[in-house]
Amino acid sequence: MDFSSINPILLLASLMVAATPIILAAAGELIVERAGVLNLGVEGMMITGAITGFIATVTTGSPWIGFVAAAAGGAGLSLLFAFLTQFLLSNQVATGLALTLFGLGLSALLGQGYNGIKAPEFPRIDIPVISDIPVLGPILFSHDPMVYVGIGLIAGTWYFLKYSRAGLILRAVGENHEAAHALGYHVIRIRIMAIAFGGACAGLGGAYISLVRVPQWTDGMTAGAGWIALAIVVFASWRPWRLLIGAYLFGGVTVLQLNLQAAGIAIPVEYLAMSPYIATILVLVLMSAGRAPGSLGKIFHASR
Amino acid sequence: MLTLEKRPQPSKAWVYAAPILAVVITMIVGGGVFALLGKPPLEAIRTIFYDPIFGDFASYSRPQLLIKAGPLILIAIGLSFGFRAGIWNIGAEGQYIMGALAAAGTGLAFYPMEARWLIFPLMILAGFAGGMVWAAIPAFLRIRFKTNEILVSLMLVYVAEAIQASMALNLMRNPDGHGFPGSRNLSQYPSSANLELVANSGVHWGVMAALTAVIFAYFILARHRFGFDVRLAGQSPRAAGFAGVDAGRLIFVCLLISGALAGAAGMFEVSGPAGRVSIDFNVGYGFTAIIVAFLGRLHPVGILIAGLLMALTYIGGELAQLSLGLPGAAIQLFQGMLLFFLLAVDVMTSYRIRFGKTE
Repeated sequence: MDFSSINPILLLASLMVAATPIILAAAGELIVERAGVLNLGVEGMMITGAITGFIATVTTGSPWIGFVAAAAGGAGLSLLFAFLTQFLLSNQVATGLALTLFGLGLSALLGQGYNGIKAPEFPRIDIPVISDIPVLGPILFSHDPMVYVGIGLIAGTWYFLKYSRAGLILRAVGENHEAAHALGYHVIRIRIMAIAFGGACAGLGGAYISLVRVPQWTDGMTAGAGWIALAIVVFASWRPWRLLIGAYLFGGVTVLQLNLQAAGIAIPVEYLAMSPYIATILVLVLMSAGRAPGSLGKIFHASR
Repeated sequence: MLTLEKRPQPSKAWVYAAPILAVVITMIVGGGVFALLGKPPLEAIRTIFYDPIFGDFASYSRPQLLIKAGPLILIAIGLSFGFRAGIWNIGAEGQYIMGALAAAGTGLAFYPMEARWLIFPLMILAGFAGGMVWAAIPAFLRIRFKTNEILVSLMLVYVAEAIQASMALNLMRNPDGHGFPGSRNLSQYPSSANLELVANSGVHWGVMAALTAVIFAYFILARHRFGFDVRLAGQSPRAAGFAGVDAGRLIFVCLLISGALAGAAGMFEVSGPAGRVSIDFNVGYGFTAIIVAFLGRLHPVGILIAGLLMALTYIGGELAQLSLGLPGAAIQLFQGMLLFFLLAVDVMTSYRIRFGKTE
C-alpha cells in the first residue's frame, strides 16, 4: 500500500468532476420536487440522456451538440412522466419507477452498436491567469465547461427560487396546489415545465458520465447515480446550496475509494466500491429532518 | 374538450379491464417498435406470446415458464403488501441476492456432508433470514429516523451486488474451480439441490413456495386482521391511525415479509436454476417483480397471472432473440412499456371521461 501515490490536489480536482453528474441531475430534481412532483425516474432519464448524448456526439463529433441532445432526450422522456402523472393522474412513485425501468431498456436498445466506442474528447478549459494559482488553480479552475455549468445551475436555481416571481409561484404550487390553483395559477402547466426542466438536467448529468467521466457507452452505466441524486435532494432539505455540499461529499467518497483501490489498500475492491452507496444511506439517516414541500407526490385534480 | 370526473367508487370493470387493455396496447406499440427495428412485428409478437407455450419447441420452453414465474410471483407477493400500505420497498433485488448468499453460505458450510433432511431446510431458513435482515435495514431506518425507505432499499441493492461479487471471488469461490470466480454448484450437491419435483414440468420447490405464498396472501388480505390493516393504511393512513393501527409495526412487518419472500426466491434460484453464486447470477427479478405486482393489481391471484405473463415475455424474448435476432434490450423496453400503459389506462378505474366544455 502506498498512500504517497495519492495526490490531494488531483483528488480534489477529480472530486469536482465526480460530483458534476449528481449536481446536474439533482438540481433538476430539486426544481421538480419544489413544484410538488416526486419524479423517481431520474435514473431512467439520466441513462437516456447518456445514450442520446453519446450517439449525437459520436455522429456529429461535437460534445456540445451531444449535451443538447442529452437534454432533449431526458426532457422527452420526462414528458412521458408528465403526461401520465399530470393528465392521467397516475401514482407518481409507480410512474417514476416505470420511467426508470423503461429508460434502462430504451437506452440499452438505442446503445446497441455503440459499445466500446470512445467518445471524442471534451476539452478542459484552463481559465487564464487564475488557473495558474498554485493548489487552487488545478482544483477549481482547470476543468471542462460542464463542471461550471453544474455550479452555475445551482446558483441559478437558488436565485430563481429565492428571488424571481416565477420561482415564488413554483414554490406556491409545490407547497399547496389547491391554494395556488385558487389564486389562478396553472398548477399542471407549471408542473409540466418543471418536470421537463428536471428531465433535461438529468439528461445532461447522464451525458456527463458517458461523454466526460468514463467516456464510453456501456449498458446501465449510470449505476445508481440518479438514485443518489434523489437522495442528495433529500439530504439538502430541498435547498440548492446544500445540494452542492451533498454532491461533493458523495464525489469525495467516490474519488477517495477509487484512489484507495489504485493505491492497493488491504480492503477488497468490492467493499470499497460499495462505500458511496453506504455513505449515501448514512447521509440520509443523518439529514432526514428537512421539511418536504407540502404537496410533494400528491395528485392534483381540479374539482369543480 | 375532454375532462376527467372522479368516480364515486372505483370501477369494478376497469379494475379487471385495465391490465388486459395495457397488455394489448403494449403488444401493438411493441410491435411497432419491432417493426422499426426491422423485424416482422406479427411474427415477433407470436414468437414471444404464443410459441413458448404452443410452438414447435414448447416442450423445452414450457418448463421454463414456471421456473421464471416462480421467483417473480414469490417476490411480487411480498412487495404487494407494502405497496398496498404505501410502503415502497424497491430493493427486492438486493434482498434476493442476500437471501441467495445466506442460503448458499449455509449449504457450502456443510459441504460435502450428506444430510438433505437437515441442510436443505436450513438453507431455506437462511434464505428467509438473509432477505429479512436486508429489508430490516430500511425498515429500521424508516421507523427510527424517518429515512426514506425507497432510497435506502435501492442503495442496498448496489451494496448487495458488491457483497455478491466479493463472495463469488473470495469467500465462496469453488476451491476446485481452477481459480475461476463462482461457488461450487449447489444444484449438483445432493443435500442442497433445489430439485425438479415433477420431471420436465419446471416445478421445483420455489414454484411450490410461490403457490403457497399466493394462497397465504389471499387469506391474509381477505380474512386476517393484518390484511385489513394493510388495506386500511393504504386507503387512508389517518383512518388507520384512529383505528389503532401501529404505523411503525406495519412498516416493519410489510418490509420483513417482502424481504423474506425475496430472500427465499434467491435461495431457490441459487440452489436450482442458477446453481451457483457467481458475480452476476441475479438477473433483475427483483425489479421485474415490481411490474408483476402492479400488473396483478396487488392482488394474489392477479400476481399469479401477471407473473406467468411476465415469465412468458422473458422466455419468448429469448426465443425471439434466437430466431429473429430481436435484441434482448427490446424485451426490457417491452416490460417497461407494459407498466407505463397499465398506469396510463388505470386512470379509467377511478375517473370517468366527460365530453364537453369545462366551465
